[in-house]
Amino acid sequence: MADRPLYDLTAHEAADLLARREVSSRQLTEAVLERIRQVEGRIEAFVTVTEELALRQADEADKRLAAGDASTLTGVPAAIKDVICTKGVRTTCGSRMLENFVPPYNAHVTERLLQAGLVMVGKANMDEYAMGSSTENSAFHPTHNPWDLERVPGGSSGGSAAAVAASEAFYALGSDTGGSIRQPASLCGVVGMKPTYGRVSRFGLVAFASSLDQIGPLTKDVTDCALVLNAIAGHDRRDATSAPLDAPDFTASLIPDLKGLRVGVPREYFVEGMDDGVRACIEAAVRQMEALGAEVDWEVSLPSTGAALACYYIIAPSEAMANLARYDGVKYGYSNTQGESMWENMERTRQYGFGDEVKRRIMLGTYALSAGYYDAYYLKAQKVRTLIRREFDEAFQRCDVLVSAVSPTPAFRLGEKTDNPLQMYLSDVCTIPVNIAGLPAVSVPCGFVDGPDGRSLPVGLHIMGKPFDELAILRAAYAYEQATDWHKARPPL
Amino acid sequence: MAITREEVRHVATLFRLGLSEEDIARFQEQLSQIIDYFQVLQQVDTEGVEPTSHTLALENVMRDDEPRPSFPHEDILANAPFREEGFFRVRAVLE
Repeated sequence: MADRPLYDLTAHEAADLLARREVSSRQLTEAVLERIRQVEGRIEAFVTVTEELALRQADEADKRLAAGDASTLTGVPAAIKDVICTKGVRTTCGSRMLENFVPPYNAHVTERLLQAGLVMVGKANMDEYAMGSSTENSAFHPTHNPWDLERVPGGSSGGSAAAVAASEAFYALGSDTGGSIRQPASLCGVVGMKPTYGRVSRFGLVAFASSLDQIGPLTKDVTDCALVLNAIAGHDRRDATSAPLDAPDFTASLIPDLKGLRVGVPREYFVEGMDDGVRACIEAAVRQMEALGAEVDWEVSLPSTGAALACYYIIAPSEAMANLARYDGVKYGYSNTQGESMWENMERTRQYGFGDEVKRRIMLGTYALSAGYYDAYYLKAQKVRTLIRREFDEAFQRCDVLVSAVSPTPAFRLGEKTDNPLQMYLSDVCTIPVNIAGLPAVSVPCGFVDGPDGRSLPVGLHIMGKPFDELAILRAAYAYEQATDWHKARPPL
Repeated sequence: MAITREEVRHVATLFRLGLSEEDIARFQEQLSQIIDYFQVLQQVDTEGVEPTSHTLALENVMRDDEPRPSFPHEDILANAPFREEGFFRVRAVLE
C-alpha cells in the first residue's frame, strides 16, 4: 500500500492501517479532505462538506483507537446522502424546500455509524427527494461522473457514488427506491447494495415511497459493502416496517468460489435498446461465474418484467404524494407568505419549494389515486406487484441468485434526458422490479465500454437475491470481484 | 392527450400545488406521455390476483405503551418558519 495515496485505499485497507496504528484517523481524514479540495470543483459530489466536524470526529476516533474501544469502521471517513438525517447538520434532500433544514435528530443509520466511530466528511448530492436517475434534479447543482465529467453519475444517489469513485470518501450511504443506489454505483464503477426491504431501519430517512425505500452502502469493493452493512443492518422499533430479525455477520459471505451456487439469467432483462458493450460485459461476467463453479441457467423467465416500470411509476408517485403532503410551510422548510390566504400560501410554498420532477410525481400520484382512476391505476399496479413478486419467488425455487445488467446503457451525457422524463424513467428498467418485490440486490463492477469520445465508462453487474439472503448475493459478488480486477480501476482525475 | 388541461389544474388543486400556466402546458404533455405508457398494465391479466401494498408479511406491529422522553420543545420549534410564544405561527384559516 506504500505506493498508493491514503485516499485511494478501500475502507477495509484504511481500517487495517488504523488497527495497526500505522496511520491515525486524523491523517486519513486530512488526506480525504485534501482530495476533496483537489477534485470537488470538477465532481461536485457534495451539497455540504463538513470539514470541521470530520476533524473533530477523527480526533475522537483516534482516542477510541488508542483506548482499544474501536470497531472495524472507527475513524474511516464517509459521506452520507443528503436524504438521511444528521442531527445539527443541514439535510436538504437536494431541495429548495429543505435548503435550511437542520434535523433535530439522527437517522437510525447515522446513530449506528456514530456508535461505530463515524467520521463524516459531508452530505452527498442527490436528485431532489431522491426522484431521478442522474442527480440533475438536485436544486443546487448536478454532479459529474468521475470517469467522464461530461456525463451523469446516475441517480438519485449520484453524489454518494461519485464521492466514493473519486476517493472523496472511503464509503457512503445512499437510498434506493427504484435503483437509486445500484444505478449510480454501476455508472460510477463502485459497489452499491440495496438490502432487503426491512433489513435497514428507515427511521430518519426522509420519506419518498415508504413501501419501496431502503438505505444501503456504496463502497469501493464487496468487503467494504459487507462491513458497512454490518454497521447499519438490524431491527429498530422506531420503524414499524423494520424486520424483527437479527442481522447475520455479512462478512461470512466473503468466500472466493461459487461451487454449487445456482445462478439464473432472466431473459427479459436483456431489453430492447440495450448497449452492445454492456451486453457483452454481462455475458462475460456470467461465464466467469460459471468458471468459478456456479451452475448457470440462461433460460429463466420473469414474464411480468415489462410491466414493472409502469407499476412502479404508479405506486412510487402515489406514496410520494402522501409523504410530500407534509411540506406545508408551517413546521419546517421553505414558507411562502406572499399569498392572499392560508391555502394560497401553501400552494406557493410548494410551487417555489419543489422542482419539476417532484411536481410531476406529485401530479402522477394524485391523479392515480383520484376518484375514478384508483381501480384502473393504483389497484391494478398493486395486483401487478403481486405477480412480479410471485414470479421472483418461483425463480428463486430453482436459483440462489439472478443476474442481469444494472443499467442497459453506460453513463449518459448531462442534459441528454432532462427534457424527456419517460426516457429518464426507462434507465431504471432493470433495477425497479427488485424494489417492487422487496428483494436485496447489489451492483458490482464488471467491465468498461468505450464511450464515443474515447473515455472508458464502467458497467455494473446486477445480482439479485431472495428476501433476507444478502449473504448469497454478497458471496456471488465477492467471488466474481476477486476473480477480476475491475474494482481496482480508479478514474483518471 | 391522455389528460386535459383542466384535469392538470384539478389534480394540482387537490394537492394544493401551485402551477404557472407554462407548467400546466408542459405537464399536460409530459404527464399524458407517461399515462399513455401506463396502458401496458392493461395487458397484464390480473383476474383473481390479490393486491400487494407491502412486501413484508408484518401486520399490526405493537409495542408496550410506556412513556419515554420525546424531543425537547425547543428542538422541534427550531426549524419553524414562524413562531410565537412556543407555538408554530400560521395564517388565520378562517378570515
